[in-house]
Amino acid sequence: MASVSIHNLCVRFGANEVIKDLNLDVLEREFLVLLGPSGCGKSTLLHSIAGLIDVSSGRIEIGAQDMTWADPTDRHIGMVFQSYALYPTMTVERNMSFGLRISGKPKAEIERRVKRVAEMLHLQPLLHRKPSQLSGGQRQRVAIGRALVREADVFLFDEPLSNLDAKLRAELRRELKLLHRKLRSTMIYVTHDQVEAMTLATRIVVMYAGKIQQIGAPSEVYEKPENLFVAGFLGAPAMNFLHGRLKPTPDSVRFESEGLSLDVTPYALRAAASQAREVVLGIRPENLLIDAAGEFAGTVSLMEPMGNHHVVWLDFGGTLLSSVVSGAPAFCVDDLVRFTLDVGRISLFDSMSEQRL
Amino acid sequence: MCRWKKYKRTLLQPSRIETALRTVMTLKPKQLFRQLVSWAALLPLASTVLVAYLGTVLWSLNISFTNSRTFPSDQYVGWAQYQRLFDNDRWLLSLQNLALYGVLFIAACMVLGFLLAVFIDQKVMAEGALRTVFLYPYAMSFVATGLVWQWLLNPGNGIQQAVRQMGYPDFTFDWIIDQDMVIYTIVIATVWQASGLVMALLLAGLRGIDEEIWKAARIDGIPTWRVYVSIVLPMLGPTIATVFVLLFTAVVKVFDSVVSMTQGGPGTASEVPAKFIMDHLFGRANIALASAGSMVLLLTVLALVAPFLYARSRARRREEQA
Amino acid sequence: MNGNARRRRLTPARIGIYAFLLTAALFFLLPLYIMLVTSFKTMDEIRLGNIFALPVSVTLEPWTTAWSQACTGVNCNGIRGGFWNSVLIAIPSTVLPILLGALNGYALSFWKPRGANVLFAILMMGAFIPVQVMMYPLVRILATLGLFSSLPGIVTVHIIFSMPVMTLLFRNYYLSIPQELFKAARIDGGGFWRIFAQLMLPMSTPMIIVAAIMQVTGVWNDYILGLVFAGRDNLPMTVQLNNVINTTTGERLYNVNMAATILTSMVPLAIYFFSGRWFVRGIAAGAVKG
Repeated sequence: MASVSIHNLCVRFGANEVIKDLNLDVLEREFLVLLGPSGCGKSTLLHSIAGLIDVSSGRIEIGAQDMTWADPTDRHIGMVFQSYALYPTMTVERNMSFGLRISGKPKAEIERRVKRVAEMLHLQPLLHRKPSQLSGGQRQRVAIGRALVREADVFLFDEPLSNLDAKLRAELRRELKLLHRKLRSTMIYVTHDQVEAMTLATRIVVMYAGKIQQIGAPSEVYEKPENLFVAGFLGAPAMNFLHGRLKPTPDSVRFESEGLSLDVTPYALRAAASQAREVVLGIRPENLLIDAAGEFAGTVSLMEPMGNHHVVWLDFGGTLLSSVVSGAPAFCVDDLVRFTLDVGRISLFDSMSEQRL
Repeated sequence: MCRWKKYKRTLLQPSRIETALRTVMTLKPKQLFRQLVSWAALLPLASTVLVAYLGTVLWSLNISFTNSRTFPSDQYVGWAQYQRLFDNDRWLLSLQNLALYGVLFIAACMVLGFLLAVFIDQKVMAEGALRTVFLYPYAMSFVATGLVWQWLLNPGNGIQQAVRQMGYPDFTFDWIIDQDMVIYTIVIATVWQASGLVMALLLAGLRGIDEEIWKAARIDGIPTWRVYVSIVLPMLGPTIATVFVLLFTAVVKVFDSVVSMTQGGPGTASEVPAKFIMDHLFGRANIALASAGSMVLLLTVLALVAPFLYARSRARRREEQA
Repeated sequence: MNGNARRRRLTPARIGIYAFLLTAALFFLLPLYIMLVTSFKTMDEIRLGNIFALPVSVTLEPWTTAWSQACTGVNCNGIRGGFWNSVLIAIPSTVLPILLGALNGYALSFWKPRGANVLFAILMMGAFIPVQVMMYPLVRILATLGLFSSLPGIVTVHIIFSMPVMTLLFRNYYLSIPQELFKAARIDGGGFWRIFAQLMLPMSTPMIIVAAIMQVTGVWNDYILGLVFAGRDNLPMTVQLNNVINTTTGERLYNVNMAATILTSMVPLAIYFFSGRWFVRGIAAGAVKG
């Protein structure tokens, strides 16, 4: 297994700078997810690591070797594509073994590898079928199998589950997680789906506009987002944002906005608050608790039943706040309800810099 | 005994006409009206198909069994015209020429067109200009092509003379007046005209191949030429089949180029079936013989095209079900 | 820092590719060059000179001769007559087949009248029938209708022979338009002709352009149909061109011949050069038969 190090990477397409001065260290054996919206540069980064795109400047090291200009084949990687990219006129068995045959591996070795991977991915009954005779989920398994037979140091995944329906996606997600645990290989995975990121990753890299916004374990990125973008991108429904001012007093810190005044002294500020400033307070719906003894009040404007829980939208002085209520709620639309905010779980961001305070 | 049982079974099933009538009578008046309107609009299509296509084929077939010369006759002579046809040296020569021409033309067009398409697909500079250059001959008429190449291959004033003037007095390139070589000149001229078409069609096919398959092949370490041979070429199967059928029909129809380039000469050395038929229809006034010839041509075409169209529609139906 | 930066390497393979493409380009351009160059030379130069050489004294005489004085059979009025004949043939032979093709395609893909598919299948097979099979019967039919050797006659013949391709083009095009659009129009109360004229036809502009390009080129370049069906007064340019060149007695005026050839090819070549991608779209669309 190998680690991947990226130093000062810049990738430009014509005049458009897609990736700007990016630094990233992928640890051995970890499952790193590159998460971000369309156009943020995550696919470009993955393709640069694979060697399919030429970089404009910077260095890429795979397994401590400089691979910035190496051919994709020489990088000892395996890659799985969004559209599977299986060779349509070849059987599953041939799809998986073609690359090995070209590189001149002995027949016995090829057979051994194909057999091993086929067992791992339950592909044995499909070995003599052509891609057109397989379902979407089966095709994706074959694509993963083709990458695995290469017994590479790093495996790259480019939104492999996007073309599958929701149920299949959940199933293959679990299989991928088990696969990673079994193989213990380094895997870099690109997706725009935060659920995939949260469930699969050992670390998540949130990207936006060609820059890394935050790197961290799923729980860290979820509970302590570094900036407004990360805070708003992860979590469904999205985090609630309240604009206001942070007022430090000699013995406490208060957050004040229209209709809301909250003592946020327990919040661990990075730098001690010396003067008042404009801030954004973020609180996740599951931490906005509807409680008859709550401090604040709002009108229920919409309720979305989700099966085992409800998403309740409250009209709070013109702003819509969401709350997650498990089980059946004891109120209806247009009711006036009271709620509290769990101060231990809020996030504060500077209004101007959008950075976490 | 079994055959009779099967026959009886089909006899007892409602005929197609019955089913059609029954369907028409169960339609509500508005539905019926709508069907009628669309049928009325298709009248030109129906009349063209029935009269111009089916009708003429049957008519020609009919004539080929008569002894019509300048005017149609009612006297049927069975297969006599076909026998005369295949006793005719000129006809046999034209078939020979067609076979030779066909093989060379199709092979050369396919190879040249494929190479051009593959090389252009390699992200070369001035791709647009190159494509324009390779395809413009297809915009010219066969007649113009034949005439230009006739001029180029003219021994007295063309390439042969030019090369001799450049200092090679013994250079000969007089194929166009050589009975054994003239058919090759027609190959050259028509390949010049049609390769661009093959290139355009194959290039469209190449461009339709999923980009990610190329990426996967790069990661697998497969050299470019091997990708073309083992992956791309098999994927282009349907496109190549289409191109082959197009070229084949062009071969069977070849007429304009021969008339303008060599008039079938020298002598009858570059005679082709289409020209034989036209000569006998008009000049030599033997309608029946000409019709027999055209029936043979038709059969040749159908022998290839019918299975092709059938295989195609089956593949399409299979795709739709998948 | 980018010492071993990878540029589009000028490997032997790439040099080979460019060499091949350039050689092929020369092969393809050679006849065009020769045509142009010959048409500007005097006959003396042609007799004595080299076919590849540029004209020493450029003359426009071959062009004027070809246009207005060359002998196309009995008359010697140049091929300008053929030019106008071709125009008169091409216009109706483009407009009418397009309208009919669009109508057929529309009916086949949206209304699907019962049994129409059989007609369509036969039409598709009909596209492959060699023209010689249909030649004599068509001559007789047109003669009976009084259309033989006339402008309406040749136009009718062009309509007949272009119907398969035109119908195919438009049918495939309309199949790519969502059925929902058609259903919405039906709900809005549109009937057969109204939906065709006010919805589908205006939406077909791209295909109309493609079909027009293909049809004009095909009709202009046609030889055999014009030869048989147009009649002596309406012979298209291609037929007259062949007459000029291959049926001359006495010395062959190669420069006039080449000028005449260029004049005949000008219209389709111009269409080709100006239509660019549309031309290729036409080829690709027409090749996807059935």
